Amino acid sequence: MKASKLLMATALTAVTAAGASSASAESLTLCWAAWDPANALVELSKDFEAESGIDMEFEFVPWPNFADRMLNELNSGGKLCDLLIGDSQWIGGAAENGNYVKLNDFFDAEGITMDDFIPATVTGYAEWPKGTPNYWALPAYADVVGWTYRRDWFENADLQAEFKGKYGYDLGVPASLDILKDIAEFFQGREIDGKTVYGAAIYTERGSEGITMGVTNALYNYGFEYQNPDKPYDLEGYVNSEGAVAGLEFYKDLYDAGTPPGSSNWYMGDTIDAYKSGQVALQMNFAFIWPGVNADPNVGGDRTGYFANPPGPAGQFAQLGGQGISVVANTDNMDGALAYIKWFAQGDVQDQWTEMGGASAMSSVVNAPGFAGEQPYNQAFLDSMAIVKDFWAEPSYASLLLPMQELVHGYVIAGQGTAQEALDSLVSEWTEVFEDEGLL
Amino acid sequence: MSGNPIDRVAEATPPTFASRVRGLSDRTIAWLFVGPSIVLLLAVNIFPLIWTINLSFTNFKANRLRDAEYIWFQNYQRILTDTGTWESMQATAHFLFWTIFFQVLIGFALAYLINKKFKGNDMWTTIIVLPMMLSPAVVGNFWTFLYQPQIGLFNYVVEFLTGIEASSFSMIGSVNLAPWSIVIVDTWMWTPFVMLICLAGLRSIPDSIYEAAECDRASKWRQFWTLTIPMVLPFLMLAVLFRGIENFKMFDLVVQLTGGGPGSITTLTSIDLKREAFEKWRTGYASAYAVILFVTVFGLASIYVKALNKVKER
Amino acid sequence: MSGFSVTEPSKRQKWFAGILVITYAMVTLMPLLWIIATGFKSPEDAISYPPKVIFEPSLEGYVNLFTTRTRVTTSMEETLLPPETWYDEIARDSGTVISGPTRYGQRFTNSVIIGFGSTFFSIFFGTLAAYAFSRFRVPIKEDLLFFILSTRMMPPIAVAIPIFLMFRQLGLNDTHLGMILLYTAVNLSLSVWLLKGFIDEIPLEYEEAALIDGYTRFQAFYKVVLPQAATGIASTAIFCLIFAWNEYAFAVLLTSGSAQTAPPFIPTIIGVGGQDWPAVAAGATIFLIPVMIFTILLRKHLLRGITFGAVRK
Repeated sequence: MKASKLLMATALTAVTAAGASSASAESLTLCWAAWDPANALVELSKDFEAESGIDMEFEFVPWPNFADRMLNELNSGGKLCDLLIGDSQWIGGAAENGNYVKLNDFFDAEGITMDDFIPATVTGYAEWPKGTPNYWALPAYADVVGWTYRRDWFENADLQAEFKGKYGYDLGVPASLDILKDIAEFFQGREIDGKTVYGAAIYTERGSEGITMGVTNALYNYGFEYQNPDKPYDLEGYVNSEGAVAGLEFYKDLYDAGTPPGSSNWYMGDTIDAYKSGQVALQMNFAFIWPGVNADPNVGGDRTGYFANPPGPAGQFAQLGGQGISVVANTDNMDGALAYIKWFAQGDVQDQWTEMGGASAMSSVVNAPGFAGEQPYNQAFLDSMAIVKDFWAEPSYASLLLPMQELVHGYVIAGQGTAQEALDSLVSEWTEVFEDEGLL
Repeated sequence: MSGNPIDRVAEATPPTFASRVRGLSDRTIAWLFVGPSIVLLLAVNIFPLIWTINLSFTNFKANRLRDAEYIWFQNYQRILTDTGTWESMQATAHFLFWTIFFQVLIGFALAYLINKKFKGNDMWTTIIVLPMMLSPAVVGNFWTFLYQPQIGLFNYVVEFLTGIEASSFSMIGSVNLAPWSIVIVDTWMWTPFVMLICLAGLRSIPDSIYEAAECDRASKWRQFWTLTIPMVLPFLMLAVLFRGIENFKMFDLVVQLTGGGPGSITTLTSIDLKREAFEKWRTGYASAYAVILFVTVFGLASIYVKALNKVKER
Repeated sequence: MSGFSVTEPSKRQKWFAGILVITYAMVTLMPLLWIIATGFKSPEDAISYPPKVIFEPSLEGYVNLFTTRTRVTTSMEETLLPPETWYDEIARDSGTVISGPTRYGQRFTNSVIIGFGSTFFSIFFGTLAAYAFSRFRVPIKEDLLFFILSTRMMPPIAVAIPIFLMFRQLGLNDTHLGMILLYTAVNLSLSVWLLKGFIDEIPLEYEEAALIDGYTRFQAFYKVVLPQAATGIASTAIFCLIFAWNEYAFAVLLTSGSAQTAPPFIPTIIGVGGQDWPAVAAGATIFLIPVMIFTILLRKHLLRGITFGAVRK
């Protein structure tokens, strides 16, 4: 009885929701990825609905399909989304193809200034072309790749002693990527609490952007650069520099020596599954999962610690995640969409946003005294946000991502060719894309 | 022609009555009835096909505002000289060959056994048929779960049967196993298809032929090779044709299972085409790719149909 | 006759064949049973390592399939009212609170609308065309029939490129109408070929008698042929429905939110944290069961349907 009621109720709400979104103009559809922060945003937006009288509808798509679905939606001229929290790398294409509304005039009129936001997020989420004051989004969710580790295992005296004996230094938060690899190797195949456990869960996903978001954390720190800093789109010797090759080799070594068998196609959801089910000592993931890990009954609380991506020989960087919120040019409710952004940009809303499980990119929120100590992961988050670097945000971003996914996956997971060959091929593929675009 | 009912009726009725019966002329009714289908197919299949051929000569990109230019055969040249294209063709060929091989082998064996008409064979046939009626995307997605080395069912069954440790291998992750992982799932899904067709073939053989062979004292083994196989062959070839066309088009199952990985090991042509068309948005290039695939599938299928007709005539 | 027959297999052969076939059926059923079982596992049991065959049944997967949940934070805990319903309780047990319905109901509704809509049209047009092909001398009949069949040979992705552009121009992207039109066109080949076979089997004498009785062509078609073809039409309809129900490639490329069907949606069900396998399994189970029932209903016409009428048992 009750089950059928639940079914009926959901079916009815679904039907009415579908009807409402097309019928009344005073509703807004916000599109984003389906993940924890999105659920928090639904809660947060209830205040906006109460204040403005506008109904909020949401369309959330899981990460592996997010880019595919949403870029398809933009390119098909669809009217599904009024507001889109699109991934940072789409901004170039969306700006140049006229998919997003330029927000400069609106910001000026409403007194919203980008100076209030963390500079890295303004560059990463809002600007196109990069480094110029042309804004296509308001930084909405600050995110970055970092690591979680099993503090309970790291603090086990027996394991500490054995580790010291084997490697000659103490087991703890790794001070470099090399040490991280040692630790992963150390835990690989070990018997803990009657279960075989493994070293690290890292990004290896093939289909969307997974392995790229993972491998860049090694590439950057070993000396990979996207282009000649003095000559845009000049790739030779930067993308395939000696350091870049060493970085790629490092990622393969880490994959071969310290990751769970079968972790050949893993992204955010898979690494978190592995970590929560107690399979691994270390987990690479975007910071958005940290509140969830902290609250987990099996691995949460004291059992987990957090740290920023460790440095390599060429410095310390971390892959930027996160998104800005944009108004879709095709919207029928421009005023409502802008009203939402205006509401969202307020300081107290941003405070609440972080508190409810979001991650504000507003400087006043993250620099507030006491923020770092408020949650066990806040310090690692601040450390990580200070060292971010992002993938291409060019209009041809997808054409740049696809060969990178294929070549890196082919080398790291499938073991085809050498790191040098993979990166050389990447240079020629990317050069071809830039030639097609008329940039070279 | 006396086979046409209207003629026969016309012959049997006086002329004035006939014209009343007909109301609209047959020709009109025929076109009225066939018309909507042809119009719909022209609009949704033929017009787009012509458009695709047109686009294949341009450098059009569906996500850009700028206009396309005609670059004629450059797209074709680039596709045919691209190593990626040939790798995906190879992956498709491997997939095609082995799925058909296993499906024919197992499908025929099952049909042969079911044809022994044991008690309850109808019910078990229906159960065996279930997988092929299901949504390949949904099934493919769930198989990624079954293939998980630590938590999936498949590896544990293998461990149980062979003693190879479950977490020591990964079907989807390893370069050597991934092409087989998609063959296994496709075989699981589609063996019943071949089985059903073979069963129809076996049941079409009249008992009298075997009885005659028995009188000639032909051994069972000889009867199998000289009677059963040739009689079933046209059916078997039809099954292969259907499976061949379907698997050449294969997209949903494999894209959900492996996403074309690891690297590009299981990137079948449809997956490659989808990336070019709907991820890189190289619409012109992808159109040329599509045209090449059309030509390939039509060419291969019509050669095969000719061969099939020859076998049927024998 | 109970005498000796050379074609009747011996008892031992039957036993042997039966055991082998039943073994195969069991193996082939295992993945399906695993899907159904996973739907009734708790998320922890579903990803337990090693996998659990025996588990405590839970409805969490089904609750998760239909609801979005928010994690209960410490500040929220004080203001929370006690759970009202059994599904509230299940959500609360896993530390979350239900914040609304998911899109699954809507996607399922879309599948129903598009599936039935396209089936209706492909049967409607298909019956007309099949009747004409069966009863009249249509010029270039063989060519037209082959043309209709050949449309089914093109890879869907290749067809989708121009369809995408065309739909964009016409504003049909992500609409029910667009998907119904498309699936109707794709299914037409199947319905024309199958229905032609069924109508061919209806003896001409019935129509002749009706025509002599003073029926017009239309009346004869409507009142005599259609009722005779009812079984054939019904099974063809089920085949069309199954195709539209299962289709993925067009759906994933041409729909995004408003008209998306269930197949592209189910693989993207995730929960709080990682992929929520019990919810995925629950969604898959609800989605697959109608087709399983249809398969059992259709078993007599199955072969004919899957071979476009090329093989008639």
